[in-house]
Amino acid sequence: MAEKKQLKRVDIIFTEECNFKQVLSEALQRSDDEIIQSLLDSGLRGRGGAGFPTGMKWKFTAQEEADERFIICNADEGEPGTFKDREILFKVPYKVFGGMAVGAKVIGAKEGYIYLRGEYKFLLDDLQKQLDDFHKLLDELGLDFRIHIVTGAGAYICGEESALFESMEGKRGEPRNKPPYPTINGYKGKPTVINNVETLVYALTICRLGAERFKSLGTNDSRGSKVFSISGDTPIPGIYELELGMTLENFVEEFGDGDTKSVQVGGAAGFCVPRKDFKDTIIGFEGVPTGGSMMLFNSSRSMYNVIHNYLEFFEEESCGQCTPCRVGCQQLLLGVEAVKRGDKPISYLDELLKLTETMKLTAKCGLGQSVANSFASIVDNFKEEMIY
Amino acid sequence: MINLNIDGIDVSVEEGKTVLDAAKKINVKIPTLCFHEDLCIAGNCRVCVVEQEGAKGLIASCAMPAHEGMKINTNTLKVRRSRKHIIELLLSEHNADCTKCYKNGSCELQELANEYRTGNQVFLDLVQEKNYTIDQSSPSIMKDDSKCIRCQRCVRTCEQLQAVSALAVANKGGEMKISSFFDKPLHEVVCTNCGQCINRCPTGALIEVNNIEDVWDAIYDENKHVVIQTAPAVRIGLGEELGFNPGARVTGKMVAALKRLGFNSVLDTQFTADLTIMEEGTELLTRLKKALVDGDKSVHLPMTTSCSPGWVKFIEHTFPEFLDNVSTCKSPQQMFGALAKTYYAQKRNLDPKDIVSVSVMPCTAKKFEADRPEMTDSGYKDVDYAITTRELAIMIKQAGLDFMELEDNEFDSLMGDSTGAATIFGATGGVMEAALRTAYELVTGREVPFENLNIQPVRGFAGVREASIKIEDPVDDWKFLDGVELRCAVAHGLRNAKELMTSVKNGKSNYHFIEIMACPGGCLGGGGQPIPTNQEIRDKRAAAIYEEDMSLPIRKSHENPEIIHIYNDFLGEPLGHKSHELLHTKYVKRERY
Ligand SMILES: Cc1cc2nc3c(=O)[nH]c(=O)nc-3n(C[C@H](O)[C@H](O)[C@H](O)COP(=O)(O)O)c2cc1C
Ligand code: SF4
Ligand code: SF4
Ligand code: SF4
Ligand code: SF4
Ligand code: FES
Repeated sequence: MAEKKQLKRVDIIFTEECNFKQVLSEALQRSDDEIIQSLLDSGLRGRGGAGFPTGMKWKFTAQEEADERFIICNADEGEPGTFKDREILFKVPYKVFGGMAVGAKVIGAKEGYIYLRGEYKFLLDDLQKQLDDFHKLLDELGLDFRIHIVTGAGAYICGEESALFESMEGKRGEPRNKPPYPTINGYKGKPTVINNVETLVYALTICRLGAERFKSLGTNDSRGSKVFSISGDTPIPGIYELELGMTLENFVEEFGDGDTKSVQVGGAAGFCVPRKDFKDTIIGFEGVPTGGSMMLFNSSRSMYNVIHNYLEFFEEESCGQCTPCRVGCQQLLLGVEAVKRGDKPISYLDELLKLTETMKLTAKCGLGQSVANSFASIVDNFKEEMIY
Repeated sequence: MINLNIDGIDVSVEEGKTVLDAAKKINVKIPTLCFHEDLCIAGNCRVCVVEQEGAKGLIASCAMPAHEGMKINTNTLKVRRSRKHIIELLLSEHNADCTKCYKNGSCELQELANEYRTGNQVFLDLVQEKNYTIDQSSPSIMKDDSKCIRCQRCVRTCEQLQAVSALAVANKGGEMKISSFFDKPLHEVVCTNCGQCINRCPTGALIEVNNIEDVWDAIYDENKHVVIQTAPAVRIGLGEELGFNPGARVTGKMVAALKRLGFNSVLDTQFTADLTIMEEGTELLTRLKKALVDGDKSVHLPMTTSCSPGWVKFIEHTFPEFLDNVSTCKSPQQMFGALAKTYYAQKRNLDPKDIVSVSVMPCTAKKFEADRPEMTDSGYKDVDYAITTRELAIMIKQAGLDFMELEDNEFDSLMGDSTGAATIFGATGGVMEAALRTAYELVTGREVPFENLNIQPVRGFAGVREASIKIEDPVDDWKFLDGVELRCAVAHGLRNAKELMTSVKNGKSNYHFIEIMACPGGCLGGGGQPIPTNQEIRDKRAAAIYEEDMSLPIRKSHENPEIIHIYNDFLGEPLGHKSHELLHTKYVKRERY
């Protein structure tokens, strides 16, 4: 059995840096290798969903031969049930800028971009003001680096890193073939670091507190703490920073309403964990990972409606380029409807499960690959609700 | 070299090659749909997936670079099941009425479905859910969304090869489709009718508007005299549809087949290709004289060719400020049409209203060109129907002819004679070469200074090619050209054309004469030619064209006896009054969307 942690609230992300200038200045004075080493030592993994070790990402990008490199903050935050990046950008944007500046120094980027979700345009004026101040600070500290804010047009798929580059290049937001990965071929075909908003703040924090402090939190596979967006049937919805590695049982004790039937961990692209598995399920990369979204459902909820809702979302948000995802999502959506209506036998659900297996194996990007997660976990665990 | 193992077999490929390339090398056929040798990799159909040891999911072999030490399996349970699913998914949103489909028998989706025996339908039929539309607005191209598998081969063709981008992807999710600017009909957008997208569409979603029935009706109509003209590139392409390997020269069999089909007269577009050289060559020399001797600033140089209707429509949309640079010569097809209903009618004692003029072309844009309102100088529609090489092959099959066994036959006379110079019109650079063979000789009295008249610098498939010829010791009439270096450029494929014209526009080049063909490879790679197409096939067709040129007794347009005759007998002189009336035209500026 993997290492478990007790639920613990942490306060790292949102604490104000009283002397930000000093924090940043000290971080920028450290050597590139030192910074990369402490990121590697800290065990920080990306907070955007895929969980790639951040230190490696920076290291690979720094190693590439290129005349130009970029660092991009992924603030597209499109996963249903996630709203923590918005809060971070609202409360402590300068920490995000700081993380980008440190990353830019390490990889040698002169330009950085924040790809801001279209729906978050209301943050734009304030962000720009703070950014202007930040640029003055960079001038004082002598770092040749500028951050630009670009806004998305509201497609979920543009949060996928390579689709995001396409979108920034003025093209249709369609994921690219990988390899080559962004560290080699990112924005404008140049080596690019792309990190989630939260990842960048932790990166800066690790520079300040050191790898050891960060590493002391969490488990072997899931170091540190993470910001959760908690919603659904909970008396206390909101944004919480928690140490990684707690069990779902522990989590539900704290956030449930006493009648929690299941928790959707990681949004529509994540897994649905039924009550019987709460005890043995760890929230983290060794168990069920999450980009932050935690949705609690109590026994009044129809899991058919839940999966139907997710499938509608995927069917619409698939970029539509690849066959398994474009047609698969339509088939799943209409398929569960047909079973519900009785137009297709119960056994058709097994055909659909096989289909999600194919989607997972063959879809071009994470969107199509992850539809199987929620579909299989809901259909397997709540089959009767799919039928009656 | 990179070493990998596929299905237990070791294979080495050069760096940069894909797993698909490597599999091909050891004769393992991996099915593909979105992949096309001419295009950048999309990796969207996913039918080419294979299993890589150690990888989480399956990998798309067309998009995966071969790595050292890779272990690949192309035929596992996972692979098979996934591929079958993908084909079934494609079919579930596909209006698969194959027996009524133009591509029946030559469709990549059908072939795959057949290979995988997707008999009983597993998934729901989505076709009723969709509001599929058929765009029949264009005289050249028909687009049927119910047959589209969204592989984007057309989009990549139009953008990457042609720089036109008439087709693009619209919407997302289940609504994703191939569309034009604001979903306007193809006829109203920048589409050049080049048909390159048709050549690369794996299904029946993009096809030529076919005129097969119209032509049969004309043949069966006893009151009509039906003449057919055949473009140069047809004779080196047609064989591919009828059992020959690429590169087969089937001129004699083609003529025999056309006679058997019942055309009253089988004539040659190459005759008017030779005529084009006379008119266009004279036009060029006249422009040069005005510019160099008379100092006339209003002369537009460089002069560009005008025989590719895809190119003409492209420049009308994209560089309308250069319309005066385009030669006023009609294309050989249209010159032929105008003469068929005047000169030919007179000589044959026919009423032009009883003549149906048909052309067989390697091209879909020729259909649009034939329909242009200005193409009626004979008082009638100069060309009634333009059919493609592919349509002719269908007619030959319908007539039950065993093409491979046909005895060679010869073109009828009066507009049936031609030269090797006309044959090479079918390859990129050919018009330039033919023009130089004639112009140089007219001006200097000597043959072009190239071995066997083969002007190598303008041949080949480089996107843009340049050549210059210094004119020395010209005959008296052309003394003013003494010492002039005639600078020429050739481009094929509209992306290259755009690049070349952009450099002209930016004042970066100072050519006198430019040849442009809309299609990659020139007409031999035309949008009406046999499918498939790729560089290897285009190479073979080009070789056939140059062989055909070498095999002909006369290889310079001005030596064509019928050409000499028509000037004496009917036209007077190049650029003369009659020529102006029948053989020259003008162009219109068009919108850019
Ligand atoms: C469909 C899809 C949507 C995504 N949306 C986001 C997003 O909104 N924000 C984000 O940070 N990452 C998103 N990602 C993950 C990114 O592709 C990428 O992995 C991430 O930005 C890397 O940052 P990290 O290493 O800091 O996590 C998405 C991935 C997929 C497949
Ligand atoms: S998996 Fe879906 S979103 Fe991703 S590339 Fe394919 S169609 Fe687009
Ligand atoms: S496009 Fe192909 S599969 Fe579809 S109907 Fe036509 S022949 Fe059949
Ligand atoms: S015919 Fe040519 S220009 Fe028109 S859509 Fe097809 S490729 Fe593009
Ligand atoms: S029209 Fe043809 S080439 Fe274009 S996406 Fe559809 S099937 Fe592919
Ligand atoms: S052929 Fe490889 S993904 Fe389509």
